[in-house]
Amino acid sequence: MLYYSVKRLLMLIPVLLGMTLIVFGIIHAIPGNPALTILGTKATPEAIHSLNKSLGLDNPWYVQYFSYLKDILSGNLGTSIQTNSPISSEIWPHLAATIELSFVAMIIAVFVGINAGIISAWKQNSFLDYTAMILALIGVSMPVFWLGLLEQWGFSIKLQWLPSIGRDDIRNSVNPITNLYLIDTLLQGRFDQFWMVIRHLILPAIALATIPTAIIARMTRSSMLEVLKSDYIRTAKAKGQRMIWIVYKYALKNAFIPILTVIGLQTGLLLGGAILTETIFGWPGVGLYIYNAIQYRDYPVIQSGILVIAFIFVMVNFIVDLLYGLFDPRIKYR
Amino acid sequence: MSQATQAKPEQYIVKDKSPMIMAINDFWKAFRKNKPAIAGSIIVAFFVLLAIFANFITPQGINDQNIGIRLQPPSAAHWFGTDDFGRDIFSRIIFGARLSLRVGFLAVIGSIIVGTFLGVIAGYFGKFLDVLISRAFDILLAFPSILLSIAIVAILGPSLNNALVAIAIVNVPVFGRLVRSRVLTVKEEEYVVAARSIGMGDMRIIFHHVLPNSFAPIIVQGTLNIATAILDAAGLGFLGMGAQAPLPEWGKMLSDSREYIQNAPWTVLFPGLAIVLVVVGFNLIGDGLRDALDPRMKN
Repeated sequence: MLYYSVKRLLMLIPVLLGMTLIVFGIIHAIPGNPALTILGTKATPEAIHSLNKSLGLDNPWYVQYFSYLKDILSGNLGTSIQTNSPISSEIWPHLAATIELSFVAMIIAVFVGINAGIISAWKQNSFLDYTAMILALIGVSMPVFWLGLLEQWGFSIKLQWLPSIGRDDIRNSVNPITNLYLIDTLLQGRFDQFWMVIRHLILPAIALATIPTAIIARMTRSSMLEVLKSDYIRTAKAKGQRMIWIVYKYALKNAFIPILTVIGLQTGLLLGGAILTETIFGWPGVGLYIYNAIQYRDYPVIQSGILVIAFIFVMVNFIVDLLYGLFDPRIKYR
Repeated sequence: MSQATQAKPEQYIVKDKSPMIMAINDFWKAFRKNKPAIAGSIIVAFFVLLAIFANFITPQGINDQNIGIRLQPPSAAHWFGTDDFGRDIFSRIIFGARLSLRVGFLAVIGSIIVGTFLGVIAGYFGKFLDVLISRAFDILLAFPSILLSIAIVAILGPSLNNALVAIAIVNVPVFGRLVRSRVLTVKEEEYVVAARSIGMGDMRIIFHHVLPNSFAPIIVQGTLNIATAILDAAGLGFLGMGAQAPLPEWGKMLSDSREYIQNAPWTVLFPGLAIVLVVVGFNLIGDGLRDALDPRMKN
């Protein structure tokens, strides 16, 4: 297991290096003079010169790449053009907001998706099965941002049940410790604020969870259908085990490997979808951070934001790979 | 079996039919039984017809502004209402079908061509090229697709065509990997070894044996990816990184009208419905194709 983990970790190195190369290339592949593109056509030559210098654009590209790599390894993600402050310190509150939102969305997706898939497979070709699969089909076909807008219209504007913008109320803002507000409010014993944070989370988390829920439901269904046909399930039935026990204990365990893979892959979709969801719900996460940077042509922020999200995605899939063995001891790590 | 033994021998004489036609016949038999797939085909055909005949169908020009009738609810004159410039939303959605379908088809065709080329090189010629290409695919797949598209559009500049290029690039590794894995399997088949032993050249083997065997999975994946390409293009349009005003791209229409959602929800409702419908169509066809072409996947 340790040998496998180390080997798998070493295999990540070329991928991570390649990622930095692509992200590094974002500025350098801009046609023409990047500094001019960033500053706009009205920029003075001095401003262009000083930006060239601060971005290191006056050196050959490989020199720039290695100094970029050195910076990243020492935790320096560059300086935001817009705010002139280091991105590595600026990004954490945003990252925490995205992690909190994605985590809650993933919990919804896994819980609803797996149960819907199980029921669909268990009651195959029933009304329930058809309804769940039609909903799943619409779920994978739905633009996240459209669903978000409809939610805002229905639940915030018309019914006025839930807030539609931000992580907390401006007049009752959370005092950040870890920047994960659910944890922060609990640490401070502010249960009223905890409830407020949950109310802010509901709409964006549901919007973000839709596609992963649908995909996990479809995967669970097909994976379960396969397993439910196997001999050991028939034996369990013949022994008179209760169906709910068979499905959730015996069948799910064996159906779980493909589901786990999908969950890992969906994390990427979730983090990518966060940029759309956060834009709609004014959720101050990395997605909104990148979106604002795009509007401002703040390329260092775009670069670092994308790099950080891609890094998390790679690490999640690495962890999923290691988890396989927990669910299926037959998988031998070599 | 009993039927086969009773059948008259002439039923099996298919000299006039090529294997290709027989394969198509088999496929069609399986596909037409799949009702959802037929429904998906009808939806997609409907949108394709709308896109082709948009000029003849639309009651108003897509950029005909009339501030006097801005943000009007759906009515007999304006089926889907009007937007903040008093433009007819129904007409704009029909023209939007052109843009979305074009992006979906062209992006996927582009990525199939490039992906197949790279996949064949990696799988067939192997060694250093394989390592290089496969690692490049791994790296591209390590990015969430919409983020990578954003990065590419950030380089190229925001426009619908650049969004198309970005989506195509993001999809290349999907097809590249698919083709590579098919090539690796087919390459070891006895008939390919036999072909090589009688002196068939690499190109001939690739075009006669390897590519035809990769065809089915590419078509299935391609159809499903048209669906995601349309969604991604709409997402980029929504973020202002795809189609630019006044193009009636569905995602762009949504982002333009989101501030009017409170008083004019129809401006947001209909473009979104159009996206959902066309994407559902492609997903249904893709699922149907998979069941028809690859029965092992069927449940």
